[in-house]
Amino acid sequence: MYHPHTESDREEMLKAIGKSSIEQLFDAVPKAFRFPELKLPPRLTEMEAMGLLQDLAEGNETSRDLPMFLGAGAYNHYIPAAVDFILKRGEFYTAYTPYQPEISQGTLQAIFEFQSHVVNLTGMEVSNASHYDGATAAAEALNMARMVSRNKRTKAVISPALHPHYRETIDTYIQGENFTVVGPELDPASSPDALFGLIDEDTAVVMVQYPDFFGRIYDLSALAEKAHAVGALLSVSVNPLALAMFKSPGEYDADIVSGEGQPLGIPLSYGGPYLGLLATKEKYVRTIAGRLVGETVDVNGKSGYVLTLSTREQHIKRDKAGSNICSNQGLMMLAATVYVSLLGREGLKEVAALNYHKAHYAAEQIASLDGFELWSDAVFFNEFAVRCPMPVAELNEELLDAGIIGGLDLGDAYPGMENVMLVAVTEMTSKEDIDYLVTALQEVANG
Amino acid sequence: MAETTIYDKSSPGRRGVRFPQPDVPLTKLPESLMRKELPLPEVSENEVVRHFTRLSQLNYGVDIGFYPLGSCTMKYNPKVNEAAARLPGFALIHPLQPVDTVQGALHLMYELQEHLKEIGGFAGMTLQPAAGAHGELTGVLIIKKFHEVNGEPQRNKILIPDSAHGTNPATSAMSGFKVVEIPSDGRGNVDLEALRAECDETLAGFMLTNPNTLGLFDENVCDISALVHEAGGLMYGDGANMNALLGIAKPGEFGVDIMHYNLHKTFSTPHGGGGPGSGPVGVCERLVDFLPGPVVVAETIDDGFEMPFYRFDVPKYSIGRMKAFHGHFGMMVRAYAYILAHGAEGLREVSEYAVLNANYLMHKLKGVYKLPYDRVCMHEFVIEGRWSGIEDIHALDISKRLMDYGFHPPTNYFPLIVREALMIEPTETESIETLDAFAEAMLRIAEEAKTNPEILHEAPHNTPIGRLDEVQAAKNLILCCGLPTQYAE
Repeated sequence: MYHPHTESDREEMLKAIGKSSIEQLFDAVPKAFRFPELKLPPRLTEMEAMGLLQDLAEGNETSRDLPMFLGAGAYNHYIPAAVDFILKRGEFYTAYTPYQPEISQGTLQAIFEFQSHVVNLTGMEVSNASHYDGATAAAEALNMARMVSRNKRTKAVISPALHPHYRETIDTYIQGENFTVVGPELDPASSPDALFGLIDEDTAVVMVQYPDFFGRIYDLSALAEKAHAVGALLSVSVNPLALAMFKSPGEYDADIVSGEGQPLGIPLSYGGPYLGLLATKEKYVRTIAGRLVGETVDVNGKSGYVLTLSTREQHIKRDKAGSNICSNQGLMMLAATVYVSLLGREGLKEVAALNYHKAHYAAEQIASLDGFELWSDAVFFNEFAVRCPMPVAELNEELLDAGIIGGLDLGDAYPGMENVMLVAVTEMTSKEDIDYLVTALQEVANG
Repeated sequence: MAETTIYDKSSPGRRGVRFPQPDVPLTKLPESLMRKELPLPEVSENEVVRHFTRLSQLNYGVDIGFYPLGSCTMKYNPKVNEAAARLPGFALIHPLQPVDTVQGALHLMYELQEHLKEIGGFAGMTLQPAAGAHGELTGVLIIKKFHEVNGEPQRNKILIPDSAHGTNPATSAMSGFKVVEIPSDGRGNVDLEALRAECDETLAGFMLTNPNTLGLFDENVCDISALVHEAGGLMYGDGANMNALLGIAKPGEFGVDIMHYNLHKTFSTPHGGGGPGSGPVGVCERLVDFLPGPVVVAETIDDGFEMPFYRFDVPKYSIGRMKAFHGHFGMMVRAYAYILAHGAEGLREVSEYAVLNANYLMHKLKGVYKLPYDRVCMHEFVIEGRWSGIEDIHALDISKRLMDYGFHPPTNYFPLIVREALMIEPTETESIETLDAFAEAMLRIAEEAKTNPEILHEAPHNTPIGRLDEVQAAKNLILCCGLPTQYAE
């Protein structure tokens, strides 16, 4: 109940407009459908509602309750207190898209700084103001590549190690169109070299993930060359935290970078809201979806920021627009901007290194157990796949009984991989947690 | 007053946050894959907090004042919703956890699906879409798949009124449909004759925003639905303007087959400076099997407890996944809290007062500003920001001048069918005193337009920055900060 109207306000307002009741304002609604009954629970006071919500929240096991080894595109990272402090400022979170730049310089400058952080992390030249999430950003990257080819090329070569949700989202976006995706049918264990044979003159884009869905990092130079040799673009979906230590896609001459920005200061929050990243080379800036902020000057020559190149967008181009997006992930974009600014150059490297070392310790310990072996010997960041002596589904049930949320059962998305578990380790995972997991795995496997 | 960028504040060696030393033995780094440079700023925590606090002070939000941005429903954002979404039990759960460890979250999602179905009169609901435009895409893909499954792939045309949001045609085109615009009639309704002429065997669907972007409830809605349905098409409802209809009418009952909600508008999850939104989509019975998966379902199991068991399910003809994971869960928590705080009675009051506020404000302005359609409005209305005799005053000048009076301007130049449109949506959370003060400022500006037009042309005068050169921004693209000094060439 957040409206301020008193009985006398209502009477005064009705009198001013010459009506005797509020009901009269709805005469245009067909009578048969007017004022339906809504079967909803009775309204609660704030105190009651919060009590109920607290009960529901307590019905969940959190990453604080149990050691958790799930990643697969959403990671449990530490978020410095200052990030949420800024997010809670009403001037930021109760504002709309910055259409009126004179009173939106805060949001606009934050976006400008976000674009800079993304450009510097990815090695690209321009970034948009953000997209919904990693999956939809990947779909938009594919769409961009089609636009670059003027819709003449009708094929995308996509790595089997691209996040299955991203691949499914792409399939949803392109359904019924004259455009095909090849690659996902390849052996997921293969390296990007396996894609070479699929790239031809009809290929608009080659898309890989970095680190890939299984956590692996590959040098992408040869893949970029192969794509460019036939005029195709290379699009790389990234975990931006990994880019604090590994070569950026820009160093491999990638053309488009999409990604999931959740690791940059955004809570797990059961899968959203997260943060889609989308960056590219300057020559493709006119095909990028979504908002862009540029620097300019005001009437007095003072520098300031505005939304720019909006002639690409739906509110101007309507059915000729390349994408229908009309928002960005405003507040999540702000979270990432504050997070990257706070951690800065050294802090980000430090967190990335912690993830790397802890994950490698965990991998080594697990691989030393009887019946367990690493699924791949490629370089990895903070996530790795392990072949287990029994189905992961069964293993995870036992782990849960021991108070551990185990890694992802890869059999869900990859038939034949029912015994392979995807394990994520972050700076939040202590050595004690890892050792406890190792002991539990040993006990379960040796039954 | 201007705030330098965070990169300008960088100084080598400064730190914001530190992390613990590794508690595990170190592993050798793969040198050939390591990056050499990471050109990010180095700033202390104090400076970062001051920087973003100062930036926030250059912004205008609902927490500062009246924000009558038409079609955006800038209502007050209850603080308890923010607290709820941040509860550890909601904020610290992973989307791929076993469902039996997140029954609280699934219960909330299931209940929210049920409540949204009830409010809109729908048989099925997906919470997955990330925003209104994403919900539209979901809905239009459902239309496409429905006709395919029914063996009518030739239905490739979507009809859209000329008053529609730009996203409607963009979404339809993105999904491979041909878009045909239907004009409005003299009362601001869809022109029925023009619609009838387009109702043929290629019709896939009709996208209706009701109330439309003129703020008017389409009086012909039943005839529109009948025409579209008789021709074999589906009715898509753009729920952007649902704030007028809570407990007033259920779109599912007046013929809408598919509709997206905007939780960030109607259910007051904040706009966040541009997002994240949330755009759940409701569908009628015959489309339930086409929803994107997964959706939450409840199973009653005989385990001695009364609580059902919640799990995910993928509908039979699902169009597929719209994004990773389950949607913007944090926004679902806020919307659920909002519905709990209102109940049926409270939601109806929301729409009643939203409509009362709009009519009151329209009444106060209509003698001085031209009202293109003089009818009872719903939650918003459109006036013209122009007068004969002073042709060089535009809607934009009025908007900029409003900032000097401490108000956020209305939506400008939309809908496209009204000249110099100013689209005003006060929402239900504003008091009569605020509406009076806004009306007074608007009347004073109308006076200034005649007596001192320069003050409008040069407005705003009291903002942190003046009118910005957008042409220059597009011509000479600067999209990034300069690098910290040690990286500058």
